[in-house]
Amino acid sequence: MQKDLLYSKTHEWVRIEDEIAMVGITDFAQEQLGDITYVELPAVGDTVEAGREMGSVESVKAASELYSPVSGEVIEVNDELEGAPEKVNTDPYGEGWLIRVRLSDEPTGLLSPEEYEELAKAEH
Amino acid sequence: MPYIPHTPEEIREMLDVVGLPDIDALFAEIPASLRPKSFDLPKGATEMAVRIAMERLAAKNRIDMVSFLGGGYYDHYVPAASDMLLSRGEFYTAYTPYQPEASQGTLQAIFEYQTAVTRLLDMECSNAGVYDGGTALYEALMMAVRHTRRKKAVVSETVSPIYRIVLATYTKNLHLDLVVVPHKNGLDDFEALSAAIDAETAAVVVQNPNFFGNVQDFTELFATAKAKGAVSIMSCYPVLQTVLKTPGAMGADIATAEGQSLGLPLSFGGPYLGIMTCQKPMIRQMPGRIAGRTKDGQGRTGYVLTLQAREQHIRRQKATSNICSNQALCALRALINLCLTGNEGLTRQAARSIENANYAAWKLCSIPGVSLLNEAPFGNEFAAVFPVNAKQVARTLMDDGIVPGFPLGRYYQGLENALLICCTEKHDRADIDRLARRLEKAL
Repeated sequence: MQKDLLYSKTHEWVRIEDEIAMVGITDFAQEQLGDITYVELPAVGDTVEAGREMGSVESVKAASELYSPVSGEVIEVNDELEGAPEKVNTDPYGEGWLIRVRLSDEPTGLLSPEEYEELAKAEH
Repeated sequence: MPYIPHTPEEIREMLDVVGLPDIDALFAEIPASLRPKSFDLPKGATEMAVRIAMERLAAKNRIDMVSFLGGGYYDHYVPAASDMLLSRGEFYTAYTPYQPEASQGTLQAIFEYQTAVTRLLDMECSNAGVYDGGTALYEALMMAVRHTRRKKAVVSETVSPIYRIVLATYTKNLHLDLVVVPHKNGLDDFEALSAAIDAETAAVVVQNPNFFGNVQDFTELFATAKAKGAVSIMSCYPVLQTVLKTPGAMGADIATAEGQSLGLPLSFGGPYLGIMTCQKPMIRQMPGRIAGRTKDGQGRTGYVLTLQAREQHIRRQKATSNICSNQALCALRALINLCLTGNEGLTRQAARSIENANYAAWKLCSIPGVSLLNEAPFGNEFAAVFPVNAKQVARTLMDDGIVPGFPLGRYYQGLENALLICCTEKHDRADIDRLARRLEKAL
């Protein structure tokens, strides 16, 4: 659990610095998925919308949708994941980040680290 | 021996357990208006009676004709061992190999098939096969649409008209823009094809040899497509890939084929086999099943269905296609044929077919008034132009026991006098000489 982040109910994390949000999936989410084999992400220049689908994560035996926790324009995508999707497993808050978004709206409805911890516990 | 598994008593017993009055109650979900009024089946008959009736029907077929029909479906020789091997019960009864621990044989067979067709077309990946060549081409187009997120396809008019009808039917409600680039005398109009590829184009779709039998090199066109961010798709004729420049060598991103020529009987049009191969970067867009080879926990080789997250049993609405059956038995037949015939045998089959077609072309062109549609190189099929309607000529010759070819006027306006003539290794000089003699008489 990282204290400097905000979280979504769909298990994404957000790190906001000056109108730019970095997005990834939580340690809890990667653990639930198991070995990740492929991450499908939006393209640079795409618009994402809070609560809307933005891609998917495939593990050995399942596929899950990714939902954007924020709204805005995708300015960067973690290309490293194409060749090494396992980084999402090994370092979900660092090298396993997914996208960076230039915010168009103030994010709303995100969870604090404590709130997210409660949620993850309940879902365990 | 009864072929019906359940007695009326057993059915009653099962209905009682689930608490339903009759079988119809199981289908209560389906409104009466959507149910068939009757299946229009005659009353049951004995095995012998059915057999005799079927044999009488079969006897009405004319099977004593010499045929020069091709058009995408070819009468190549099938080794006798093929039927023997294919009829093993293990292969006949196998269904979806979802449990690898219980399906190693089927999975290995699919894996070997994929390896064989991938090598034949010079590509990197293959799926387990789809229904037929037309479906394979449509699925390839959808791969390109997903991959590029674009909505336009540039299709050469020299692609089989049957396949183009399949494309049009399947994409009717998909808001895709199919741009057909007219042929030039049976050849691809490279200039127009290149010009038609723009920033909106998902794919360029061509065929080699094309429907008119002509062999062309699409390397440059594919490079143009790549530069414009479009996917290059080629439909091809598997047997001839042993002697022609392959889709892989030309730089195709996806190569499809009708697998019928690899040892499947013509059989009134099916079942056939759609071969789908692609280069590695596109594999996640591949529909259907893909068998892979891996190692188990103890380091033993094992075969599995791989990349299953693309498939509908994992996520229905996001599946890359809703094909959930493959032509496993047809694919296996193609594999058996490839193994029995071998690289050399297949090359000889192709060479002999091409030789025969060239002899036929030379022979027919020596008839006054007959010429070739164009001067370009061809494989085992060519278009000949007559001074009269080709369909009429074909009719006349059919009364005489010869099917001389496929009248092109059915699909190509302005080519009413052209006939598509095909040869395989099964023809001999005498057949071709007879065709020429009869044709000369008919003109």
